[in-house]
Amino acid sequence: MRINSVVCIKQVPDTTQVRIDPDSGSLIRQGIPSVINPYDLYALEAALKVRDSHGGTITALSMGPPQADEALRKVLGYGIDRAVLLSDRAFAGADTLATTYTLSAAIRKIAGELIAAGGAGVDMVFCGKQSIDGDTGQVGPGLARRLDLSQVTYVCSLLEVAAETRTVRAWRQREDGRELLEARLPVAVTITEACNPIRYAALPDLLRAAKAPVEVWSAADLEVEPDRLGLKGSPTRVSKVFAPPARERGETLSGPDRPPNEIAAALFDKLAERGLTIGGSRG
Amino acid sequence: MPVGPGEVWVVIEQEGGRAEPVSWELMGEAAALARKLGARPAAVILGSAGRQLSSAAFSSGAEVAYLVEHPDLEPYTADPHCQALVELAEKFTPQIILLGATTRGRDLASAAATELETGLTADCTRLDIDTTKKLLRQTRPAFGGNVMATIITPHHLPQIATVRPGVFTAPQPVEGVSGETVVLKPHIKATATAVKQLQFVPNPDTGVTLKGAKVIVAGGRGLKAGRNFALLEELAAELGGEVGASRGAVDAGWISQHRQVGQTGQTVRPVLYFAVGISGAVQHLAGMQESDVIVAINNDPEAPIFEVADYGIVGDLFEVMPAMIGEVRQRKLAAGAAASPALLKQGGAMRMEAGTGGESE
Ligand SMILES: Cc1cc2nc3c(=O)[nH]c(=O)nc-3n(C[C@H](O)[C@H](O)[C@H](O)COP(=O)(O)OP(=O)(O)OC[C@H]3O[C@@H](n4cnc5c(N)ncnc54)[C@H](O)[C@@H]3O)c2cc1C
Ligand SMILES: Nc1ncnc2c1ncn2[C@@H]1O[C@H](COP(=O)(O)O)[C@@H](O)[C@H]1O
Repeated sequence: MRINSVVCIKQVPDTTQVRIDPDSGSLIRQGIPSVINPYDLYALEAALKVRDSHGGTITALSMGPPQADEALRKVLGYGIDRAVLLSDRAFAGADTLATTYTLSAAIRKIAGELIAAGGAGVDMVFCGKQSIDGDTGQVGPGLARRLDLSQVTYVCSLLEVAAETRTVRAWRQREDGRELLEARLPVAVTITEACNPIRYAALPDLLRAAKAPVEVWSAADLEVEPDRLGLKGSPTRVSKVFAPPARERGETLSGPDRPPNEIAAALFDKLAERGLTIGGSRG
Repeated sequence: MPVGPGEVWVVIEQEGGRAEPVSWELMGEAAALARKLGARPAAVILGSAGRQLSSAAFSSGAEVAYLVEHPDLEPYTADPHCQALVELAEKFTPQIILLGATTRGRDLASAAATELETGLTADCTRLDIDTTKKLLRQTRPAFGGNVMATIITPHHLPQIATVRPGVFTAPQPVEGVSGETVVLKPHIKATATAVKQLQFVPNPDTGVTLKGAKVIVAGGRGLKAGRNFALLEELAAELGGEVGASRGAVDAGWISQHRQVGQTGQTVRPVLYFAVGISGAVQHLAGMQESDVIVAINNDPEAPIFEVADYGIVGDLFEVMPAMIGEVRQRKLAAGAAASPALLKQGGAMRMEAGTGGESE
C-alpha cells in the first residue's frame, strides 16, 4: 500500500538569538536568522522512511510569511513530492487554534487532490514534537482532532506501517517510560529528537529542488471562514512580553592562586551564613 | 448546572490510583486562583481510581471532585480522555482548566482545547488573576526562554493552561477536610481514531528524583567523559542530593536523559544547585534559574552561567570538585554526623520538604 504523507514544517527564528529590547520592551526580530524548526526535520526523516518502504507521496506544508518559502525550498531538496506554503495577511497572528484551522483546511485540499488523482487521500500527518519559538506542541494534536485522525504524540521510534491492517505502531516517550501504541490510519504523529536525524540530501534531488516551485496558497485557495483565521480566529492574546527576570550575578570565590580547598571552604562558609549547614546537627 | 462563576479545575494526572505530583502542585494553585475569583476549585479525576484520589484532592484544596469513570480511560490515550473532558466541561462550564505540562497533559489539553474551540497556553510558569477583568494571566517562557510572555484568553471559556511540574509547590495536605463528590459516567464513543496501548516499558532509571531533590549537582560537557560523573555522584551523595545534567552531557551519551535539566528536560528548584562544566545556555537556565542558591564551576570566566550564579568559581572542575568533596567530608566529621540529612537549612523548613508531600494518596 502506498502511503501519502503531509509533513508540517515551520520556519522559526533562531531562538537562541531572540532578545527583548530593554528600552522598548518589545521583541527584537531584526537580523535574527530563520531556521527550520529542528524537530520538523526529524518528522521529515520519519516520513521519508515510510515512503522508502511503502511508496506514496510526501507533501511539505507550512504556514508563514512569504519568506518561509526558503524553508520549503530546503526541504524539497530531500526529494519530496510537493511543497505548499500558506501565506496570506489573513493568516497572520494565528495562535495554535487558528493555525490548526488553517493547516487542516489545506490538508483537506491536499487529500482531495490526491483522491482526484486516483489515490487514497492523506494517510499520515507528521509534525515536530514542538516548535522552538512557540514551544507548545499543540498543533499536532489540534490537527488530529480537526481531521479525525488518530493522535500519537512524542513518538521516539516509529515502527513500520502495516499496510494490510492500515495500522501503525509507534513508541511514545513519556516521563516515566515508553509505551508502544497501535493506531489506525489515518494518523497524526509528532516526532521527537529520539528518532533518526534527517539524512543527507541526494544531489539529483537538490538539483531538481532548485527548479521545483513552492506552491503558495492564500485564504482564497482554501475552504475557510475568514473569522476563524489569523489573529481574528485566535482566542489567545499576548498581553505583554518582557525579558526574563535576571538573576543577579553573585560573588566570585576563586582568585588568582587561590587553592581549591580554600575556595571550597569559602563556599561552605558562605552557605552556612545563609543557613545551609553541613552535617546532621544544627550546631 | 452550577450557579455562580465557573469553577477552577485541575485535571489530576493519574494511572492506577497514583497521581503525578504536578497535579497537587496545581491543585494548590487552583485553590488560590479560585479564591481570587470567588469560585470553587475542583479536581477532575479521569479513570477508575477517583475514589482513592478524591480525599487527596480535598486535602490539597479541592472543594469538588469530579470522578469520571469509564473503562476506556485507562491506560491513558488521547481520544477517550478528550471526549470525557470535553463532555464534562460542556456540562459544568468551568472558567479555568489547568493540566500538568507533561507528555500526557499536553497531549490531552491540546486535543480538548481544539474541541472546545478555546485558547490554550502551554508551559506556564506563573498564573495570576486580572481582578478587574476576571481573567487568567498566563505567563510563560517563549523563544527558548529568552522572552517571557503573558497570555490571556479574553473572550473564550474555559481558559486552559498547562503548567510545568515543579513550578508551584504542592500545599501541605490538610487532613480531614472533605468536599462534594460528583460521579459521572461519560459517553465515550468507540471511534476509528482510538489508539491501543500494547506495551509499557518503565524507565530503568527510576531512582531519579530530580524534582524533589534539595541539592542537585549537575554536570555538562566540561566533564569530558561519562566516567567523570563519578565526581558529581560523590558530592551529591555527601550532600544527600541528586546528579543532574545539561543536554550537552546527555547528547554525548554520558548520562541518562532523565537527568537532563532545562527547556527540554526538567524544571527544578532545589535549595542548592551546582552547575559543573556547564556553559549556561538559555535552554539550560530555563530549567534551573529558580534554584535558591546556584554555584557555578567553570574554567571559562566568560561562561554565561556566571551571570546567574550566586557563587562563581572560575577554575578547573577536576581540581575544584575533589576539594569540594573533601571539604564536605571534613565538615561532616566535625559535626559528628555521617547520616542524612546531610544539608540542613536553619530557621524555617526547607521549601522542598513542604513540596514532597505530592504523592500522598
Ligand atoms: C530546542 C533546544 C532545546 C534545548 N534544551 C536544553 C535543555 O533542556 N537543557 C540543556 O542543558 N540544554 C538544552 N539545549 C542545549 C543548549 O543550547 C546547550 O547546547 C547545552 O546546554 C550545552 O551543554 P553544556 O553547557 O554541557 O556544554 P557546553 O556549552 O559545551 O559547555 C561546557 C562548559 O564546560 C566548561 N569546561 C570545559 N572544561 C572544563 C573544566 N575542566 N573545568 C571547568 N569547566 C570546564 C567550558 O568552559 C564550557 O562553558 C537545547 C537546545 C535547543 C536548540
Ligand atoms: N505555521 C506552521 N506551519 C506548519 N507547521 C506548523 C506551524 N506551526 C506549527 N507547525 C507544526 O506543528 C509542530 C508543533 O508546533 P507548536 O504546536 O507550535 O509547538 C511543529 O513542529 C510543526 O510540525
